[in-house]
Amino acid sequence: MTDWEAVIGLEIHVQLATQTKMFCSCSPVFGDDPNTHTCPVCLGLPGALPVANAQAVHLGLMIGLALGCSLASQSVFHRKNYFYADSPKGYQISQFDQPLCGPGNLAGVRIHRVHLEDDAAKLIHASESGRIAGADSSTVDFNRAGTPLAEIVTEPDLHSAAQAREWLALLRTTLRTLGVSDVSMDEGSLRCDANISLRRVGDQTLGTKTELKNMNSFRFVERGIEAEIIRQRELLDSGQTVTQETLHFDPRSGSLTTLRSKEEAHDYRYFPEPDLLPVEVTEAMIASARDALPELPIERAARYVSELQIDDVLAERLAGDAELAEFFDAVVEAADKSIEARVLATWVSDDAAGRAGDDGLLASKLEPAALAELVALVDDGSITTAAGRTVLDQLFEVGGSPAAIVSDQGLGKVDGGDELEAAVDAAIAAEPEAAEKVRAGEQKALGPLVGVVMKHTSGRADGGEVRKLLLERLGS
Amino acid sequence: MSNDPTALTAASSAALVKSGELDASDLFEAWLGRAELDTFGALSWIAQAGESPEQVDGPLGGVPLAVKDLFCTEGVPSQSGSKILEGYKPPYTASVVEALAKSGAPLLCKTHQDEFAMGSSNENCAFGPVLNPWDKSRVPGGSSGGSAVAVAAGLAPWALGTDTGGSIRQPAALCGIVGLKPTYGSVSRYGMIAFASSLDQAGPLTQDVTDAALLFSQMIARDPRDATSVGHQESIHLPDRRDLTGVRLGVPEELSGDGIEPGVRATFEETLERARELGAEVVPCPLPHAPHALSAYYLIAPAECSSNLARFDGVRYGQRVDPGDGLDAMYSATRAAGFGPEVRRRIMLGTYALSSGYYDAYYGRAQRVRTLIQRDFDEAFANCDAIVTPTSSSVAFPLGSRTADPLSMYLSDFCTVPMSLAGIPAISIPNGMSEGLPTGFQIAGPAFAENSILGIAHALESSIQFDRSGARV
Repeated sequence: MTDWEAVIGLEIHVQLATQTKMFCSCSPVFGDDPNTHTCPVCLGLPGALPVANAQAVHLGLMIGLALGCSLASQSVFHRKNYFYADSPKGYQISQFDQPLCGPGNLAGVRIHRVHLEDDAAKLIHASESGRIAGADSSTVDFNRAGTPLAEIVTEPDLHSAAQAREWLALLRTTLRTLGVSDVSMDEGSLRCDANISLRRVGDQTLGTKTELKNMNSFRFVERGIEAEIIRQRELLDSGQTVTQETLHFDPRSGSLTTLRSKEEAHDYRYFPEPDLLPVEVTEAMIASARDALPELPIERAARYVSELQIDDVLAERLAGDAELAEFFDAVVEAADKSIEARVLATWVSDDAAGRAGDDGLLASKLEPAALAELVALVDDGSITTAAGRTVLDQLFEVGGSPAAIVSDQGLGKVDGGDELEAAVDAAIAAEPEAAEKVRAGEQKALGPLVGVVMKHTSGRADGGEVRKLLLERLGS
Repeated sequence: MSNDPTALTAASSAALVKSGELDASDLFEAWLGRAELDTFGALSWIAQAGESPEQVDGPLGGVPLAVKDLFCTEGVPSQSGSKILEGYKPPYTASVVEALAKSGAPLLCKTHQDEFAMGSSNENCAFGPVLNPWDKSRVPGGSSGGSAVAVAAGLAPWALGTDTGGSIRQPAALCGIVGLKPTYGSVSRYGMIAFASSLDQAGPLTQDVTDAALLFSQMIARDPRDATSVGHQESIHLPDRRDLTGVRLGVPEELSGDGIEPGVRATFEETLERARELGAEVVPCPLPHAPHALSAYYLIAPAECSSNLARFDGVRYGQRVDPGDGLDAMYSATRAAGFGPEVRRRIMLGTYALSSGYYDAYYGRAQRVRTLIQRDFDEAFANCDAIVTPTSSSVAFPLGSRTADPLSMYLSDFCTVPMSLAGIPAISIPNGMSEGLPTGFQIAGPAFAENSILGIAHALESSIQFDRSGARV
């Protein structure tokens, strides 16, 4: 069996969060009634003309700067001609040989280019699957037509489906941090195509690639690429060749179907858009884009490591999720400076984020200051870690003050005294066999006894103290 | 003063309205009556009698306007001479039509044209040819033939046309009136149904040079809806020049020698002599690349039109023919039924010229020729104030005489296309008769030199005293 290396490049379409569409003054809104955000320009009515959106150029430059791209001094819109019902003008206006941004790099993956274009209308097919196959009719919603898109094209620098997914997640966080897009794969404001080929390990030349279109979730990106790598490997292993084509991945069946072959590829007849002047990118425009850049995820992770002494893995995990990182920054801000940042980081990353699930931390009732206070209570020994987690559950569901929850529900640490001694006696009574073993010097047998004490005290007792007391009682 | 206000030029009527001697509503009704006299197939739509528009106190004095079919006018058919847009009523009005209405030139009627402005005889109109009022067996020129005839025959006081390669100047010449193609970018194209975006420009067709200056003065504006519009560097004033002292006129041999009919050549020479008498110096002025202009034009214009006309697909508006066999079949059937032969020919030419592998050889090369032609003009204007040529190599030709041979039809624009490619302004004025039909004299100037060429045109016009009464119904 030959060892194959997968070579993957991504093309990502990002809807830009502008006030108006790319070439007209309609607002780009997702989810409204069909055809309520249209005008002569985005409907492609006779006589209508496009005017380029300066805000889209600004956001495009921000993306270019964040991805370390070289920026063009002049960028030219072309017409990409094709007939389809989602294309009101019969052409898309897109940048061709003079894109806004040239080569760049994000986390070791080279960026080939970033360019601006307008989105197509949305076709709604009247079929069970929502796909055109088997549909009796199709309708067109032009609300999406003309929405500004940035297309980000990588070099083929990714080598596995998991790596592609991970890098795409970093790109998404970067774009979200920039605030240039909603980056929702669900709603289609982030869309990903992948170019995939295989070559023998060690080979320098690229194999024949296929293009996998429009995977609309991170999971499908990974599964789709994985399925295509397996399909290509099986072809090559059995002595067959890969055919250049465009494929669709059906996440329900896990199958890949041909959308079009190389022979059916369009001749887009690109030519410079005569209705628009070239975009002249001035120093002032670049400076304004640079001024608008926030701290990027990679920079944030580096700061967590160097300034907060958080380890690399945890720093990247926090910084890799813009929402989580912002929450963490707020916790650090609110917390007493005597508490180590990495303790806070663990609470945010493991305990808080673990409870948040898909909806995210912002959807919960948990306030950063409350979490900071809670960690302080654990840190100064007022409550145990286990009790802290119980408090966190409450903060998540109903919010409020950690100290109040502790006192209302009697979650304060059990410090020796009658309550703890009674619990220890009860445990010895409940687990006589274990008690006997401890008396005989078998320290391992302490476990079940400690467990019973903890159960009786709802985790409010300190484990070390419980062990000490038990050993005293059992005289070993 | 005549009792008939429609016997006056537009500027004269506007002056009377402004001085209170003429009522704008009466003027509108009088012109409606004139529009009803159309027996030339010139008009595609006429305003309703008794519904004269609200009066506007503007510089155009309420003198109503004939507008070429391809300008979008809200609620009024705007078909660009094509069956594919038959009966199409846009939901908005073109910027320039809106601007002129605000300045006091309300919409009187719309005029027929070659389909999507592709043609030089108005025989490519889906709604029938337009006839020349000097001789109904002859063409009026094109593509703004309906607008030219409306003014020449006295159906309208003035008209709006568009010029892509000669579509204002050539019909103006063939109908004995004045036509101005402005500097590219000085008039908004928003709402003009596009033929070739980098060449299309709206301009006036009028009874005389003063009317052209007055109408044009209200057309120029930087329009935020048209990224290629720049407005004008100077305001346009009414010309009063009567002599040509100190003016150098350049005559390019390439556009005034071979291929020009003897009768047209004769009036051209007479006008040059007249210019000398008025004080002008006439000098030779080579435009070495001008003979290649037509070849470049017939690649660039079809290429742009092949893309501009892609939107006529039967999905959102206009005619739809659906054989019920899927989207591609609907496109084919709709476009085959909706477009006439000349439009189909140019779409195919343009599609081919832009195809992968042919782009550099055709479209790319044509753009390089265009640059060379622009350079020719730049060098020429270093030595002269204006360049003059016959507007058309012939007088109005008989209907049907060139339809079988597209190349001979394309040659109709031989003298006008170079200026279009260079984006510079050019005006055609009537300068005499040959075979009982008017001839045209073209004066071109550097970009934004409209005041200069209008002045030269005015001096010549005052001397020529062309009698256009032969065309009036």
